[in-house]
Amino acid sequence: MSEKKQIRIATRNSGFIDPENIDSYIAAGGYLALAKCIEEMTPAQVIDEMKASGLRGRGGAGFPTGVKWGFAAGYKSDTKYVVCNADEGDPGAFMDRAILEGDPHSVLEAMAIGGYAIGGNKGTIYIRAEYPLAIKRLKIAIEQAEEKGMLGKNIFGSDFSFDLDIKYGAGAFVCGEETALINSMEGDRGEPYTKPPFPAEAGYWDKPTIVNNVETLAAIPAILTKGASWFNQIGTETSKGTKVFCIVGKINNVGLIEVPMGITLKEVIFDVGGGVPNGKEFKAVQTGGPSGGALTFKDLDVKIDYEGLAACQSMMGSGGMIVMDEDDCMVAVSKFFLDFTMEETCGKCTPCRIGSKRIYETLDRITMGQGTMDDIENLKLMSTVIKDTALCGLGQTMPNPVLSTMRVFEDEYRAHVIDKKCPAGVCTSLLEFVVVDEKCVGCTLCAKVCPVDCISGKVKEVHVIDQAACIKCGACLEKCKFDAIIKR
Amino acid sequence: MQTSTCQNSGDCKIPDRATLPRDLYRKLADFVAALPQKEGHMVTVLHKAQSLFGYLPREVQEFVAQQMGEPLAKVYGVVSFYTFFTMVPKGKYPISICMGTACFVLGAENVVESFQKVLGNIEVGEVTHDGKFSIDCLRCVGACALAPVVMIGEKVYAKVTPDMVKGIISDFS
Ligand SMILES: Cc1cc2nc3c(=O)[nH]c(=O)nc-3n(C[C@H](O)[C@H](O)[C@H](O)COP(=O)(O)O)c2cc1C
Ligand code: FES
Repeated sequence: MSEKKQIRIATRNSGFIDPENIDSYIAAGGYLALAKCIEEMTPAQVIDEMKASGLRGRGGAGFPTGVKWGFAAGYKSDTKYVVCNADEGDPGAFMDRAILEGDPHSVLEAMAIGGYAIGGNKGTIYIRAEYPLAIKRLKIAIEQAEEKGMLGKNIFGSDFSFDLDIKYGAGAFVCGEETALINSMEGDRGEPYTKPPFPAEAGYWDKPTIVNNVETLAAIPAILTKGASWFNQIGTETSKGTKVFCIVGKINNVGLIEVPMGITLKEVIFDVGGGVPNGKEFKAVQTGGPSGGALTFKDLDVKIDYEGLAACQSMMGSGGMIVMDEDDCMVAVSKFFLDFTMEETCGKCTPCRIGSKRIYETLDRITMGQGTMDDIENLKLMSTVIKDTALCGLGQTMPNPVLSTMRVFEDEYRAHVIDKKCPAGVCTSLLEFVVVDEKCVGCTLCAKVCPVDCISGKVKEVHVIDQAACIKCGACLEKCKFDAIIKR
Repeated sequence: MQTSTCQNSGDCKIPDRATLPRDLYRKLADFVAALPQKEGHMVTVLHKAQSLFGYLPREVQEFVAQQMGEPLAKVYGVVSFYTFFTMVPKGKYPISICMGTACFVLGAENVVESFQKVLGNIEVGEVTHDGKFSIDCLRCVGACALAPVVMIGEKVYAKVTPDMVKGIISDFS
């Protein structure tokens, strides 16, 4: 991956230190920030420094971390919790896994700092069970930090103590939402509940709790060592620092990048990502996972920060970027995401449970060529209503893929409905496989490979595909050596 | 949670109930007894139970309910909520195909179809008749740079295309 235009803060150590050896982390300046906080700063000063840095949550919502900590510090309670959200449910994003596997101590250190700042002594990492290597490295890291006295009782000889444990997810996307996550940590079904009260007031076991994302936490030791004024010089007016993105899909340089906020989409896709492979045309990039939306070839100059993405009906999300080229159908992609939310909705609130199904069915009809113009209007109407009425972030953001693709590609939706055509050639029900008469030499290969025997023609004569019987498997197209079969 | 057609029709090969080993129940009971407190550990205990038995049939759920002092309905509520928990046994070699966005964009759907075809048209969530393979779809295993990704047990296959499927299956026969 090109290092050009990248600045590594959250991923500063990943790949450079031995994640299973605490000394390697310490040699890279690790646990200095924790020592500085405990020995030189009051909890209030730590919170002020976090506020001054302008760091906002990297888990999706972008809430200022210092402010969140300030709330939790303000509530009086005998027990307070620090929770690390390592559920990383957004398909197409794997930065949290990379950080936990490459630099687990930075997360532990930040959790201890958070505990010190809010006056809490207990931390829990909620991690998906699908990440066995990350779990193993976290366990090793916790053990080593306890041995060295950097976690556990009387850290650095002070009267501050902090204990950590790990809880496992069990494969439910909604559990990444903080209130659902808390229910799941308590051993229940991971259904969200209505806020307020926010977790900062009454979270895990109804005690004040701060929930922070892995990437947010990983940046904190660096911020506190180098100072808030160093960090807040990077980025834009409203979004400070850097963001880690996973660029995947139809892109030359696949992988993790960490770039300053405010970088343009063009720089990400073409300078850092190296453009789209096979000489294809860049069409769109999905940011923010199933809750996000598509930025398109028209948005190449958009500055990537929380506000910039929101203005395009998308969101930062956790930072997955799935690049799509001219061969991807936007209606099919929206349908894919709605299929995801339809399966992952917990079913607690009606707009999300039923709304996701209705939107999915409508999109399905459109991709089958059975859509009407009313369907397009209904999609917009349902989307707006669901956004306004769903209980948690899952439902509120569920229509984003539809709204953001409609914004630029409404003509693609219309083509499915009016012309019964899929311009990208993806939706099989709308495709036709036909023989080009001039090119067909009558070799009979296609007829032999057709699984439903719908191709007829004699040797050395032009063949014909019976459209009514064709199941559109594409086997003939692949087999033909003369490019005499096309799909349209 | 994914329910499979064979689960509904009762067609899959579910091992005889009596054959669930007694000593596994004992291990599970020991695990519960060793917990600092029972409160808040339902998911932890079910993870343990599934790692012991391989799946969570009704009698295991009943046992968990009794050990944890909770109603069976609560246990079932948790089991049915999370996709990770399964009430039917998986194949000896469980095939997990990633259907996350990165894998989808690069053609994971065709890979699923290809596996189904090669394994005699079993549905996603089902087990083959000889109990050897089962197919499941996952949402992102965090290896998106290698998309499309397929995992069989612990083994990871990267950049899988439909025509690789036959070869992959033959690794296990
Ligand atoms: C449906 C849904 C899924 C979410 N999934 C995640 C996730 O996988 N990881 C994460 O860190 N935050 C996730 N969040 C955001 C959390 O609710 C919460 O805002 C975040 O963990 C707070 O940490 P931060 O302030 O450091 O970002 C999700 C939110 C919603 C609504
Ligand atoms: S989408 Fe398949 S590994 Fe991430």
